[in-house]
Amino acid sequence: MSETIRRMKDLPSTHLLGTGTPMCSGCGGLEALHQIYDVLGENTVFVNAAGCMTLLSVYPFTPFRGSWLYTAMGSAPAGAQGVRDALDILLQQGRLPPEDDLQVVVLTGDGSAYGMGMSATSGAMDRDLDFIYICYDNEGYGNTGQQYSSATPHGATTATSCGSRGYPGYKKDLFSVWSAHRPSYVATVIGSEPLDLAKKIEKARDMTGPRMIIALSPCPTGWDYDPKDSVDIGKLAVKTGVWPLKEYENGVVTHTRVPRDRPPVEEYLQRQGRFAHLFRPERNEELLAEIQDRVDHYWEEVV
Amino acid sequence: MAPTLLTGNVAAAWGARLARVDYVPAFPITPQTEIIETLGAWVDSGDMPGRMVTLESEHSMLTAAGAAAATGVRVFSATSSQGLLHAMEMIYTVAGWRAPFVLVNVSRGLASPITLEADHNDVLAARDSGFLQIHCADCQEVVDGVLLAYRLAEDPAVRLPVMVNLDGFYLSFTREPVNLPDPAEVAQFLQPFDPGAIRFAASAPESQAVAVLGGSPYSYFRYETHLAAQNAVSVYGDIAGEFRERFGRERGAVEAYQTEDAEVVFFMMGSFATKAREAVDRLREAGQRVGLLRPRLLRPYPADIIAGALEGVSGVAVIDQNLSVGQGGVLHTELSAALYGREGAPAVLTSFIGGLGGREISPEEFYQMAAVTRQAVETGVTPPPRLLYTETELREIRKLQSVALVERDETSPRGGAGKPPGEEDKQ
Repeated sequence: MSETIRRMKDLPSTHLLGTGTPMCSGCGGLEALHQIYDVLGENTVFVNAAGCMTLLSVYPFTPFRGSWLYTAMGSAPAGAQGVRDALDILLQQGRLPPEDDLQVVVLTGDGSAYGMGMSATSGAMDRDLDFIYICYDNEGYGNTGQQYSSATPHGATTATSCGSRGYPGYKKDLFSVWSAHRPSYVATVIGSEPLDLAKKIEKARDMTGPRMIIALSPCPTGWDYDPKDSVDIGKLAVKTGVWPLKEYENGVVTHTRVPRDRPPVEEYLQRQGRFAHLFRPERNEELLAEIQDRVDHYWEEVV
Repeated sequence: MAPTLLTGNVAAAWGARLARVDYVPAFPITPQTEIIETLGAWVDSGDMPGRMVTLESEHSMLTAAGAAAATGVRVFSATSSQGLLHAMEMIYTVAGWRAPFVLVNVSRGLASPITLEADHNDVLAARDSGFLQIHCADCQEVVDGVLLAYRLAEDPAVRLPVMVNLDGFYLSFTREPVNLPDPAEVAQFLQPFDPGAIRFAASAPESQAVAVLGGSPYSYFRYETHLAAQNAVSVYGDIAGEFRERFGRERGAVEAYQTEDAEVVFFMMGSFATKAREAVDRLREAGQRVGLLRPRLLRPYPADIIAGALEGVSGVAVIDQNLSVGQGGVLHTELSAALYGREGAPAVLTSFIGGLGGREISPEEFYQMAAVTRQAVETGVTPPPRLLYTETELREIRKLQSVALVERDETSPRGGAGKPPGEEDKQ
């Protein structure tokens, strides 16, 4: 674990998360979690909020070699607070040997992270809780059939935004909301960029305090595409500039990948049924241009 | 040790301190706040070891409390009223985790309308959750109740969270003489928390609170929780016996006062039961055979003990300091269910709602409730449930309404006065 990950060949070769989970085939969240777990290791306790990944541990099975605690949709970070504080108390009292200590990891979807769990997350950062937060962001309430959440991108159709303009709101900038709390670390990752992901998780693993990770999670069932395309769609999200890979540390935001010669965003959009209405029966030039402009504007600010 | 004058809140804090709690997740709410302020001051001064953290809501506070207990430390927390309801999802959830810890609830009426003083709708909203409930009538019982609660919660045959209830204002802010038990004696009575195998440690991975699919495993775990709660009746009896031996105070599942030869018995819980006790004394002086039965333990419901204490009693006046809207009093419903079909059970259970939001129940009202119940016994006709309210109170409310109407009509530009007929309805 102490070796630093620099190249693809440095990525862990042992895979810790068990197979045969009830996640959908092609789940981008599970793809990211596999990689994250390999870096974090089994001396972890995952504190989970209601969402797709609640189904990872269904009695009597679990894919984790370490521990697990399911809480509720709105308060997984508070569960992490209780576990972390209790572990610290036990360590301090000598009732838990140091080698029995655990990394406390919150695992929630975007529905919890961007919405119901936000005050609990804010509170955990206020209190400088020593924990890692993993948000698998599939841009909607996926476990209930992909209704829109505040992580849903502008224009996407969901089960509750099926009109011709899709979701009228704009994806909340959770990275900035979290960074405004000045936690130890905030990063965006995606499973289709394993080296970037592993470097960030390794960095987070070796820090203390609140370490906040948002993993964009391509979702075949929610985004409506063939499960085999998850990696391609993930790569396109990065290449087109829709999903900026970046990190926040000590008040500074650094982009870990600045995409050169970005292909048009529509190359990403047209692969997904949730954006089909932008292309058929006719191209919605206005909305496509708006989405492209917002991405261009973002990167103009960065460079 | 000489008694000390303590508020119910400080008594609750002493209970936690004497129980040597490791962890206090907290959130302020009137009338509970003095408990966490007291504990916070002790933790800061070093008088009390342990860690305290203020969460950003009661929902998070309960989550942290359950999670810490599930990790293996002794946890104390406190809330009240709206806070308990805000946390309600986690009240059910952590009980299902079988996380043993103690939560003090300082009873306060629920919105709407929003208010501050005591009634039991808050704590009774949690009655089906899996939390066990101990109800206190005075400040001494608060200290004792917290210590009993830890023994009950942590008993391997029970392993459930326990709520200790005291009434807002009437106990929370009222100083009474309290005998603080000797810490060394408490340490004998209450050993350190042993979480067994249910905890988190790297060398012993554990999945807690996992999902189940389907009604069969769900029912299994729910039944397990229920059976554990039922175990708590006899476990509580043993613990209360040991408590009496060690500390000399009777803390049984019910308090039976002057019930042995009683014809009519008041049945109620909490601090207002001390008013009933006083009324019993006055009525006894007047030659009436009246008694009081007060459950300390409400969950699990000690049905057999209650039924035994009421054997031979003709009529029970059930006084509910709560209101199940559209149904009536919760204690009355539960007592009826517990007694129905039992041989020797009282023939008459009258129902009275009183004390909502801290409304006083006067001695005259107690005398009246006894008289109504006796009359029901004599005639064999049980009157409909009665909502206690006096003509004077109603007159005062009418005055307030008059003021409100005058203020509205005279100050609002859209006021009803002076408008054409029908206009005032459009406000």
